[in-house]
Amino acid sequence: MIAPTFTLRHLGDHCLSLDFGDAILAETGLICLAATEKIREARLPGVTDVVPSYTSVAVHYHAEPQTGLPNFQSLSESLTALIRAGLAPATHAQRTVDIPVCYGGEHGPDLSDVAKATGLTEQQVIQMHCAPGSMVFMLGFAPGHPYIGIHDPLFALPRRDVPRTVVPAGSVAIANRQSTIYPTRLPGGWHILGATPLKLFDLARPQPTLLLPGDHIRFVPISSAEFDQLAAQQNQVQA
Amino acid sequence: MSMVVLKPGMLSTFQDLGRFGQQHLGVSVAGAMDQRAHQLANVLVGNDPALATLEITLTGPTLRFTKPCCLALCGADLSATLNGQPLVLNRPIVVRAKDELSFGGRQHGTRAYLAVHGGFALTPVLGSTSTYLRSAMGGWHGRALRRDDEIPLLQPLKNEGLEDLAMDLWSLKIYLPAALAEPRQAFVRLIKGQQWDEFTPESCAALLTEPYRVSPDSERMGYRLQGAPLLMTTPRQMISEGTTFGTIQVPAGGQPIVLMADRQTTGGYPKMAYVASVDLPRLAQMGPGDMVSFRAISLEQAQALGVARTQAFATLADALQPVRNLLLNH
Repeated sequence: MIAPTFTLRHLGDHCLSLDFGDAILAETGLICLAATEKIREARLPGVTDVVPSYTSVAVHYHAEPQTGLPNFQSLSESLTALIRAGLAPATHAQRTVDIPVCYGGEHGPDLSDVAKATGLTEQQVIQMHCAPGSMVFMLGFAPGHPYIGIHDPLFALPRRDVPRTVVPAGSVAIANRQSTIYPTRLPGGWHILGATPLKLFDLARPQPTLLLPGDHIRFVPISSAEFDQLAAQQNQVQA
Repeated sequence: MSMVVLKPGMLSTFQDLGRFGQQHLGVSVAGAMDQRAHQLANVLVGNDPALATLEITLTGPTLRFTKPCCLALCGADLSATLNGQPLVLNRPIVVRAKDELSFGGRQHGTRAYLAVHGGFALTPVLGSTSTYLRSAMGGWHGRALRRDDEIPLLQPLKNEGLEDLAMDLWSLKIYLPAALAEPRQAFVRLIKGQQWDEFTPESCAALLTEPYRVSPDSERMGYRLQGAPLLMTTPRQMISEGTTFGTIQVPAGGQPIVLMADRQTTGGYPKMAYVASVDLPRLAQMGPGDMVSFRAISLEQAQALGVARTQAFATLADALQPVRNLLLNH
């Protein structure tokens, strides 16, 4: 059991935030996930969504007069008591998901730029990106869109000066020591290293998102031919 | 037994209270922009407020009903007519088979809400019938209405006794509690956020005294405001975190954006303040070019106003028992 320190603040009159740190660190991310699980399991009246992010957990709530009316004060007290009672380490974090990625070429237009910017060869960039220890901190921006980290400081690249108006679905991209995977065609300013044929979000699946906060991620390099083969398989499953 | 779309209007989508419980997966809440008008329309036709209404934006659709039903229209006054005659807002109205509902010019407001007794036959997606256009999810096939769509109604009325029902409903006196009437004050109330003090004193003063213009690219995702720039004393990068309906975020450049119903679930811009939920309907009824002014209230005041509105809805629902009885006994 862990009993982390935290602070509480409102995010308006129907959401509050529990803050567990002010830097993007794996330990802090895991605490946020453990707190998320504990709060969700407590099924507090009026709470609709528990949303973990890098350093905080947003708790969205409705005032429900018929069930005891949580307001900021009362919900703060309930949440404080919950967290003080101690958190079990996040269980989601035990899942490991392999993400096959075809690096470079048409799927990874920014691989050579990233190699130049980091002073590495393209092969070294791929190796470093596939290094173990990556975790999904949160999903946001679009359905199933993961924020994965935290990579080697060499990958502390700012976003591109001019964002692309369209990034293809499945693109795997980095910025600020993090990776993301675009679930659908979206605008984006991250550096695209490659693409995965896997579907990140699919309403036809019982669990529509491929990834969940806390998942360990293993990026696995694949060839262009393997990409096409896996993409075809994904579409067959769809049909 | 359906509603046929003769003209779709500018943007007509089904919306409910929102798709809650999915934000940790990156799925936006969506839902009615003006929750007050949405709920009011439902309550007036004896519905649960969680049922979807049709959110009608600026230029309304033309709709034909193939069976009799009971409807209510709330929110913006978009010059609605039934078979050419002006339609009274904020009342349960009986429509007959082949009746046509159409809209004219904008008198005030931006979004009208159409509820029908018993609701529209829609398939929930992840627990909600709200349309989220960016992911083509929910509502009517994940999209805005198109010409020739036919949306089935779950509880059309019988022809037998219809005229009596229409008369009985029409003769009912319906008073809206003050907390549910069209908001009259000229400003929108906000709650200062934790990062408020990181903005320059001039910026803080400007947001509470200067008017801001709603820009043309304001829509269901967010309202972009134009006015005196809001600047941080020491600009810094924020770490992404959860967002809310009404978050006032300020990108570099200093022109604020108020996050609305279709907001993304997380965001990393500095957040200066949050619009009080009770005034979100007022903002949702503003359109491009409208001017908005803000006043600060405390979190406690904002929550007390929210409770007062919830109680007013409960009072109204009680007072409308005769409407439900008439519809039930029809």
